[in-house]
Amino acid sequence: MASTETASATVIEDIPRRPTILATLGAFSRENPLGACGGFIVIVMIVMAFFAPWLTSYDPTANDFGAMLAPPDGDHFLGTDQFGRDLLSRIIYGARTALLVGFVSSFVGCFLGLILGVTSAYFGGRFDLLFQRVMDVFMAFPLIILALAVVAIFGTGVQNVIIAITIPVIPRAARIVRASALAIREMPYVDAARANGFSHSRIIFRHMMPNVMAPFLIILTAQVGQAILIEASLSYLGLGVQEPIPAWGLMLRGGAQEYAESAPWVAIFPGLAITLAVFGFNLFGDALRDWLDPKMKT
Amino acid sequence: MFRYVVKRLLLMIPTLFGAAVLIFLLMRAIPGDICYLRLAAGGGTVAPDVLRICRAELGLDQPLIAQFLTFIKGLVTFDFGKSMWTNRPIIEEIGLRFQLSLQVAIMATLTAILIAIPLGTISAVRQNTWIDYFVRTFTIAGIAMPSFWLGILIILGILITSKAWFGVAWMPPIRYVPLWEDPWYNLSMLIWPALATGYRYSAVATRMTRSALLEVLREDYVRTARAKGLYEKLVINRHALRNALLPVVTVLGIEFAFLMGGLVVTEQVFNLNGLGKLFVESVLNHDYQMTQILVMLVVAIFAFTNFVVDILYAWLDPRIRYTR
Amino acid sequence: MKFKTSLLAVPLAAALAVAGLANPAVAQTPKKGGILKFVVPDEPPSFDGHKETTFALIHPIAPFYSVLIRPDSADPSNSSKFECDICTEMPTSTDGGKQYTFKIRKGLKFHDGSPLTSADVLATFQRIIFPKEGISSARKAQMSMVESVTAPDAETVVFKLKRPSGAFIPALAAPFHFIYSKAKLDADPRWYEQNVMGSGPFIFDIREAGARVTGKRNPNYHHAGQPYIDGFEAIFAKTQTLRVQAIRGDQAVIEFRGFPPKSRDDLVAALGKDITVQESDWNCVLLITPNHEKKPFDDARVRRALTLAVDRWGGAPALSKIAIVKAVGGIVFPGHELAATKEELQQIAGYGPDITKSRDEARRLLKEAGVSNLKFTLTNRGVDQPYTIVGTWLIDQWKQVGIEVTQKVESTGPFYAQLNSGAFDVTLDFNCQSVVNPLSDTAKFLPSDLAGDQYGRFKDPKLAELHDAMNGTDDVKQQRTLMRQYEKRVLDEEAHNFISLWWYRIIPHRTYLKGWKAGPSHYFPNQLDQVWLDK
Repeated sequence: MASTETASATVIEDIPRRPTILATLGAFSRENPLGACGGFIVIVMIVMAFFAPWLTSYDPTANDFGAMLAPPDGDHFLGTDQFGRDLLSRIIYGARTALLVGFVSSFVGCFLGLILGVTSAYFGGRFDLLFQRVMDVFMAFPLIILALAVVAIFGTGVQNVIIAITIPVIPRAARIVRASALAIREMPYVDAARANGFSHSRIIFRHMMPNVMAPFLIILTAQVGQAILIEASLSYLGLGVQEPIPAWGLMLRGGAQEYAESAPWVAIFPGLAITLAVFGFNLFGDALRDWLDPKMKT
Repeated sequence: MFRYVVKRLLLMIPTLFGAAVLIFLLMRAIPGDICYLRLAAGGGTVAPDVLRICRAELGLDQPLIAQFLTFIKGLVTFDFGKSMWTNRPIIEEIGLRFQLSLQVAIMATLTAILIAIPLGTISAVRQNTWIDYFVRTFTIAGIAMPSFWLGILIILGILITSKAWFGVAWMPPIRYVPLWEDPWYNLSMLIWPALATGYRYSAVATRMTRSALLEVLREDYVRTARAKGLYEKLVINRHALRNALLPVVTVLGIEFAFLMGGLVVTEQVFNLNGLGKLFVESVLNHDYQMTQILVMLVVAIFAFTNFVVDILYAWLDPRIRYTR
Repeated sequence: MKFKTSLLAVPLAAALAVAGLANPAVAQTPKKGGILKFVVPDEPPSFDGHKETTFALIHPIAPFYSVLIRPDSADPSNSSKFECDICTEMPTSTDGGKQYTFKIRKGLKFHDGSPLTSADVLATFQRIIFPKEGISSARKAQMSMVESVTAPDAETVVFKLKRPSGAFIPALAAPFHFIYSKAKLDADPRWYEQNVMGSGPFIFDIREAGARVTGKRNPNYHHAGQPYIDGFEAIFAKTQTLRVQAIRGDQAVIEFRGFPPKSRDDLVAALGKDITVQESDWNCVLLITPNHEKKPFDDARVRRALTLAVDRWGGAPALSKIAIVKAVGGIVFPGHELAATKEELQQIAGYGPDITKSRDEARRLLKEAGVSNLKFTLTNRGVDQPYTIVGTWLIDQWKQVGIEVTQKVESTGPFYAQLNSGAFDVTLDFNCQSVVNPLSDTAKFLPSDLAGDQYGRFKDPKLAELHDAMNGTDDVKQQRTLMRQYEKRVLDEEAHNFISLWWYRIIPHRTYLKGWKAGPSHYFPNQLDQVWLDK
């Protein structure tokens, strides 16, 4: 463990001169106007989630029977739902739920996928073959079906939704990471590490993993949007997050359809929030991919 | 070629077997016994003898391994057994729903093709112009928009426009009638879910068309064709598009397979009595047999689509036969 | 021009509304023909009425069967009037209220042409009251007062009771007690789970899995001239919005369970005089049950605090706009002679006129019990109307005394599995009965060792004594006094269970549907033999 310092030191020396973060950002947005737009949406969402209590004066769960299904106006910018709850405030707090589920499930899922994918590529041979078959099985299950089965086992609620979304993410991440790791396995420095007699886990964690970070980050951002969508779908079906927790998919359930004609704001705004959020993450992810991996650029 | 087909066919077996093991175990991991659920669904207590007999009838008193072997034997002999919830043959339960899901999947695929090929082509040919940006935004939005929300919006739109134009609000039919019995009635019901899912689907396919075409456009033979002074449209149509279609077909195939079982949420919005709704109900009812068969059906469709796509690839590109 | 039509329209609409209220059978001669299409929220798991408990079985399947007796179809909300279906007249009890003798009509036939005799009625009720091993009978307990059933001759069926019981006739009239064919039962006691063959007004025609059930007119039906319609089509549709839209688009005429007020208003606004609305208090109530075996709900102070925090008087008017609930009541069906008056209710914890005072008391009790910042999970059933809506409201109510509640929603199966195994903190359960019969309906509140569907997991001998005393007297005044004590003990002193709001049944239907009256139960009347279409 102690000797790793030298390794990382050389890596740093290789980089000519670190441009300032601001300059990088500027270059990124000039190159990817769409990606910058996506990044902006993502940042707005994160800000909304963090500063929710300061952004709205309404409690997202407080019923107000004096203002049931109130249309958007000066008091309630986006109107209220059938319980008289402020929609804007529910959407702002809903960003917390969406980000929590989205980030935790895709991060954990992609990270486990990363370990599995790299390990499988590193060992190769029979292990890799078997691993591939197992991944085939998981990939053959439609995502929502696997998630539903997991919810049926663990029950509903935020935690279980996270588990339900994490599991299908693992094989998807593992497959992509494995493909890149296969190429790295043949690199001279991995051979060298092996010749030095480093342990398998050391080679996997210290030498191979840092070099598949690009595909890892790409799949990670792509999965966040996907995870937010699945959470919304599960909640819409009544199998995800439960009332009165503010969650966008849940807000489209029941009342939203019942009152769609006379109070369309109940059906429109939460859906818009989901779409914008996923849109943002996807745009950002696409741009990140183009930027990190020019070979994959389309 | 024949050897490759056989080899590829054999490769499907471990996937299907693995899927069978996985879904079998997943179902058994769900807490709660189907007999208990079926008998106590309305509340109250259940007599132990009734419970015991029910379990024996469903074979749930057997050891897990024996239950699994029965399940596999049924799969191999195409004897799918009975739904544990309604006690009716699964073939009968699936029949009508399969028809419906298949039709929606086909209609959504057609929608996707009609949108994706022209949009993807134009976006690739006019790369980095405003039209390309528009198409890319359109497709990313398609992937971002939950199809159930689009479904809600479509229903809302139908209500509002029909009321504004005809004075009475019109709603799509709520009961499925097969296409050949009453095509108009059938289409007026299924066109909406097909559009709602077709949008997302076409977005995926448009992206694929665009990127595949861009790749092909950089290839030598296209450059040669262009250099020969061939008319641009001809180059695109005859040379580039045809070769770019393969990955697009792959995406279409895979998405189609997923649509067969993955329409869970959209079916809920439009109240369609399809496989997705049946899947949710059977999972919630702990109907092991029904869920297992449904999942195997979806996985089999998926595996088969993959197989066809791979064979297609191998047929078009002989190198694959030897390297894989 | 516009002015004129609107002037005309007002009295016309008023006249129509009056016509809709009057008994249609008296007002008009029924027209024959037509197919009645209606929507049903759910598909029943089997076709066996003896086994199932859901309205989803009654709506599409009951029209295929006859029953022995049924509530008076002209006056379904009257809980003491019953009429014969296949018997000739309602019997009076003999042997000091311990024996009832029913005469069966002559010449009855099943749909397959075989005769229906007392032997079939006997086989039916033996299957319900004394099921053989492996046969599940959902209402066995309600019929437990019956000692024996016999059929001395082909037209007579005799019920002997263990003791006189006022609950016998209402229990016998349960709409689930379909008369089955003895021959079919002998061949396969479970034949009726998958098949339909009765003697009712309609003959089973088509079943499309998950989609619909249809029936066609039985030309040999025993009530002369009935049924009036040529057939019916029951369409299964889970999504409430689509059921409402189906009625609006004339793809369905009615849904027999009940819609929330908003749907009624939408339909009336869209269809005007083409829609007729029938409303009724509903013999269903949502009740909150804390699990007495889980801390801190073993402490009566905590349970009382939970009920004290709920503002029923303030919530009812608002909730009745968005959910199928309305009346504030105790454990007895509101409006019944045994029900508490408003003044009596206000003496009970959580019903006080001053909610601020109640909530202060709730906070005090929680503090006293040492759980000032109580957190728990409310296990609820995954049905929007009215379960999750009322659940969401309750969570907000509890929040106002500092209790933090998470809602856990389960589909019906797992929901009951958890209730039965005690794997919950607090649950939102319901008491839904067909015939309004408070003496037996309130058996739901008996201690867990006595009532199979009491999920509170507690013992309370005193409560059982009160209930026995109440059922052992004929004197209404005394019943009423005992009922107040019973109610006070259930809801207040012990707070074993407590009531949220009573359901309210709103049935908007196409005006051309005649001969159907909404009663306090969604389990009947549903044989559809008297309905007709005025088209």
